[in-house]
Amino acid sequence: MPPATGAAVLRDAWLIAGKDLRIEMRSRVGLNQIVPFAVTVLVLFAFALDTDQEALRTYAPGLFWVTVLLAALLAIGRSFAVDLADGAADRLLLSGIDPIAVFGGKALAIAGQLVVLEVLLAAGVVLMFDVTVYRYGLLVCAGVAAAAGVAAAGTLYGALVAGLGARETLLPVLLLPVVAPVLIGATRAFQDAFGAAGAEGWAWLGLLAGFAAIYGVFGALSYGALLEEA
Amino acid sequence: MEHAVRLRAAVTLLGRFPALAGVDLDISPGEIVLLKGPNGAGKTTMLRLCAGLCPLASGQGWVLGHDLHVQRRMVRRRVALLGHRSGLYDDLTVAENMAFWARAAGGESADVEEVLGRLSLTGRLADTRVGRLSAGQRRRASIASLVVRRPELWLLDEPHAGLDQQSRDTVDSLVRGAAAAGATVVLATHELERIQVLDPRVVSVVGGMVRADRDGGRAAARSGSMSGPPDAEGDAAGDGGRCAS
Repeated sequence: MPPATGAAVLRDAWLIAGKDLRIEMRSRVGLNQIVPFAVTVLVLFAFALDTDQEALRTYAPGLFWVTVLLAALLAIGRSFAVDLADGAADRLLLSGIDPIAVFGGKALAIAGQLVVLEVLLAAGVVLMFDVTVYRYGLLVCAGVAAAAGVAAAGTLYGALVAGLGARETLLPVLLLPVVAPVLIGATRAFQDAFGAAGAEGWAWLGLLAGFAAIYGVFGALSYGALLEEA
Repeated sequence: MEHAVRLRAAVTLLGRFPALAGVDLDISPGEIVLLKGPNGAGKTTMLRLCAGLCPLASGQGWVLGHDLHVQRRMVRRRVALLGHRSGLYDDLTVAENMAFWARAAGGESADVEEVLGRLSLTGRLADTRVGRLSAGQRRRASIASLVVRRPELWLLDEPHAGLDQQSRDTVDSLVRGAAAAGATVVLATHELERIQVLDPRVVSVVGGMVRADRDGGRAAARSGSMSGPPDAEGDAAGDGGRCAS
């Protein structure tokens, strides 16, 4: 079998991403379960800090990203659950699609869902926590870069955990420490976007982009071996 | 290519236990082969080994000319495996599932509409989500998603399970057509009476080993016993069994 060309990998990645996104739109798990979960977490944070509006504004970036990461765990778990539910994971192996394309497609679909979730949660933060956005460009770039990084690492660890057969419980334990740099970088970038002094958001954006690039390359290279075990 | 499948002292593990314990088997291109044996005998594992999904722990094996030790990805692209599970996505319609698997197969896929027609999955059924199908309809959709790939080696585990008489006849017709077109078909089933119409070569698998290998399947299936000795592994070799290298 000749190695897949770049165009074929892109075509297949788009095919996988389209399939995953169509399943999510059709099942409405994201809309009916993941989004309400994330909004509930934000509301609980607001309740916990309700008496101190200044504290809410100060901690809004961190609370936002903790919420995104918790919701991301559900989205990542769901992405692998649909493949494992009725044997489609085996069919994907038998399809001959290059593992790089499977990785890219699944990561792209997860990143797309996270970006939508971030938009909804950002609106919630502005309304509930009374924050003002001063740098929209930084906010958007940091949101996209962080989503890409979490999606790349999540796809990698999701496949690893699926292979171990303990996906519901093990994924948070393995993934959350790994994405801690995303939490830190994205929180700092959002602090800058929300007008905090000395946050140097663009520098932290570089960290987010670097994290996404490293996990994107590492995931693409190692995904084939992980699929063999899944 | 001399053999579609050639196994020599093939051993495959499920966890620490050998699901196949030294299998020797040759299957020629265009043959229809029936694997028969009791539950847990290793039939499903043998199918998954031939599909390139289970690794060889020891021994040697070639499928469609590819070495099972180092070329399993090449094997996978050329075979189709019908397991106990459908391999379909519940939230996609039948037509969407077919289109996805046809596109995943690349340029070698069959005409989706034609395949859906042969398996009576056209019209409203084609636009129905797989999760809302009956068990028999779901099985037909699963078979259709294999046919669109135009595989060179068909590996069918209980292909008639859950199907009505008309659908069983259609599956038999598909198998005969595939073999006539040069594809190789390996089936595992307990429905020996049913399978006589395909006149297969019969290979008896017991305890992870080939116990008997008889050509002239019609006579063999008539005289062959459906029940072998009980197997200590139970159903470990089923669809959910996890292979180990």
